[in-house]
Amino acid sequence: MRHLIWAIPLLPLAGFAVNGLLYLLSHRTQGEAHGHGDESHAAPALDHGAHGGGHGDAHSEIPFRSVHTAVGIGSVGLACLLAFGAIFDIGLRAFAEGASHTVTLYRWIPLGVNQAVGQVHGGTADWFVDAAFRLDSLSALMLAFVTFVGFLIHVYSAGYMAHEEGYGRYFSYLNLFMFAMLVLVLGANFLMLFVGWEGVGLCSYLLIGYYYEKSFAADAGKKAFVVNRIGDFGFILGIFGVLALFGTLDFQTVFAAAAANPSAYTPFLTLICLLLFVGACGKSAQFPLYVWLPDAMAGPTPVSALIHAATMVTAGVYMVARCNVFFRLAPEAMIVVAVVGAFTALFAATIGVVQNDIKKVLAYSTVSQLGYMFLACGVGAFSEGMFHVTTHAFFKACLFLGAGSVIHAMGGEQDIRKMGGLAAKIPTTYRTFLIATLTIAGVPFLAAFFSKDAIKAAVFHAEFEAIPWLPRVLYAVALFTAGLTAFYMFRLLSLTFWGTFRGTKEQEAHVHESPATMTVPLIVLAFLSVVSGYVGVPIIEHGDRIGEFLKPIRLPIAGLPEKGHHAPISLELALMAAAVAVAAVGIYLAWSWYAKGEGRVPARLAEQWPGVYRAVSNKYFVDEAYDRVFVRGLAIGGGRFLWEVDATVVDLIPNGAGAVTRGASWIASFFDQYVVDGLVNGVANALQALYGLFRRAQTGRVQNYALVMGGGLFCLVAVYLLFR
Amino acid sequence: MTVTINHYLIVSLLLFAIGFLGVLVRRNFLTILMSIELMLNAVNLNLIAFSRRLSNLTGQVFSVFVITIAAGEAAIGLALTISYFRQRKTLDVEQAHTMQG
Repeated sequence: MRHLIWAIPLLPLAGFAVNGLLYLLSHRTQGEAHGHGDESHAAPALDHGAHGGGHGDAHSEIPFRSVHTAVGIGSVGLACLLAFGAIFDIGLRAFAEGASHTVTLYRWIPLGVNQAVGQVHGGTADWFVDAAFRLDSLSALMLAFVTFVGFLIHVYSAGYMAHEEGYGRYFSYLNLFMFAMLVLVLGANFLMLFVGWEGVGLCSYLLIGYYYEKSFAADAGKKAFVVNRIGDFGFILGIFGVLALFGTLDFQTVFAAAAANPSAYTPFLTLICLLLFVGACGKSAQFPLYVWLPDAMAGPTPVSALIHAATMVTAGVYMVARCNVFFRLAPEAMIVVAVVGAFTALFAATIGVVQNDIKKVLAYSTVSQLGYMFLACGVGAFSEGMFHVTTHAFFKACLFLGAGSVIHAMGGEQDIRKMGGLAAKIPTTYRTFLIATLTIAGVPFLAAFFSKDAIKAAVFHAEFEAIPWLPRVLYAVALFTAGLTAFYMFRLLSLTFWGTFRGTKEQEAHVHESPATMTVPLIVLAFLSVVSGYVGVPIIEHGDRIGEFLKPIRLPIAGLPEKGHHAPISLELALMAAAVAVAAVGIYLAWSWYAKGEGRVPARLAEQWPGVYRAVSNKYFVDEAYDRVFVRGLAIGGGRFLWEVDATVVDLIPNGAGAVTRGASWIASFFDQYVVDGLVNGVANALQALYGLFRRAQTGRVQNYALVMGGGLFCLVAVYLLFR
Repeated sequence: MTVTINHYLIVSLLLFAIGFLGVLVRRNFLTILMSIELMLNAVNLNLIAFSRRLSNLTGQVFSVFVITIAAGEAAIGLALTISYFRQRKTLDVEQAHTMQG
């Protein structure tokens, strides 16, 4: 099976091709029948507006509906089977011992021999990039949950999108996304990673703007695309840096070279790491570039679950973990990663506390959890970061899909102030949502308890030579964020599912449990968010299986001893107890304020500190600041400034040059007129006499030419025969 | 009287001359095409005559090639003639001078 890993990304690509062509085909015939295909779209009011309407007839109207479903789900399902087949073919134990399998499809970019740079740093002089896939323990971990969660979300989508006009378009985009994500995960070099990276960005754009008739969705798509470009710019500069430094982009070669001979590379690695991290910030929505992710909720909810929670946004963490050799050699970059991660975690969590849109709360929660993962990477706990990526994929996908089920039940309503008391009406959704909420809040013995605890322990034991007090601050931030997380998640839970219903009568009558295609993925994900933590149990010997599994990725660096923290068990237990206590306080406050106190306390707090409330609920005015500074300030104001500079300073140069040129040109023209022109005209007159002769021959009649040719041939043959 | 190679060559020469003259003097597209066919067949005759005389099959094989090419040439030429006629309602080559410099 292992030699088939190239087929894992190509299956969804084939699915994309089939679905896309069928959609175009059906769309065209429809367009001919009804005049205009696009206008017959029932523009949904919101993400799922169409759910509010009648069920039933819509089914027959979508052409190739069952083909789209079968191809869309089938291709990803097959890819998932192949992925697990390949992983178990190599074997988990072999992965932990450093096994990997590379499939090179073809030499993609032969760059030729570069003697200038390649040999200076001891790299290969022959530069090339292969189209190659590699399955090692890190990509195996990503592959496993990306294909599996992807498959579940495809199944869920078949139910959720059932009444949508663009059913085929949706599935073809989703398949294309799976292709790009799998290329990203399986790529054996930086450029393959980058191809997947851009591909998922494109699909993210397409799917955020899925309801392109709605201006907010189209705008959100554009915003995501533009903000991601900023990050990608840094990322590709980092890739160029790697190529210039090592002469190759292959992961194994590059990291082995850096680990074997760190001193040759260290001065440049800090810059490269920072550039790569800029890319990670864009894709994984970290502080300066996080603004696109909350807006990305304009896309359909399964898309939010798959792309903007479980898989694509964790690509940045994956990339940093992949490049852990570089980052460990660049302590300054590590500090930046840790601080940005911790700040984002706290910052987004505070915004999440006051959001009223069920998806926005989850979006900010995602940004916050991603900050957590980067914090882990920043303190050198890469496997702990990847552990949280994995558990997060399960519980956050479960939360988002649960939210989708709630929205489906409410007929498109997303405002949690208009919900309440849904627990009894949609019990399956409620139970799974409750489990996922308990998980993310850090309740003991559920998945995120282990993964977050591993991160917090790593932060607590971290050492920064430059700033010795930093780990303590980071730990405090992480702990406080954990409390905030528990608080806002239980606020969400109590406003949505507990208390009394606050919506309209029609909504109340409409509330219904979702079909099995939606609830079964929820149950599977809820189950996984309970058990997936047991791959990383602390304290117990060989409990941290995921750490051992990912160990081969963490190459030992020459001259840099590994500092494993061996804290006493009592300290570990104390850290756990602190985390549990903080989570409990968060849960209790949310319960007593929102479930019991019906929101009186928070309302009073908001009255007491109106400035703070206004700032937080407006997301600290970051979007407005970006608009003021970058959009209006730089693009428009900067344009004017540049115009002024152009008119005054820059124009001096052409004006001065113009005066000099005028003087010189007078002299030149004198010379030109009498000396050069005399020559030119003389030659021209002579030629004119000559060409008068030849132009008669050019009649433009082919028969004349044929005659001349025949005559010439005759003469030549005659001369040959006569004088031979 | 036995037929020697000279007879063949004379017939071939005459055919070629008729064809060449036709290309030079006729103004009708169709006639010119037919003249070209004559020239090609004159060449074929020449090739086959020598092939017989020298007992070398190459000339005959070559003439089969020439016939094939002639068929293609005739097809393209006729297609051009038809489309030209549709455009101009005439087959006079003197009228085909829109590209003339």
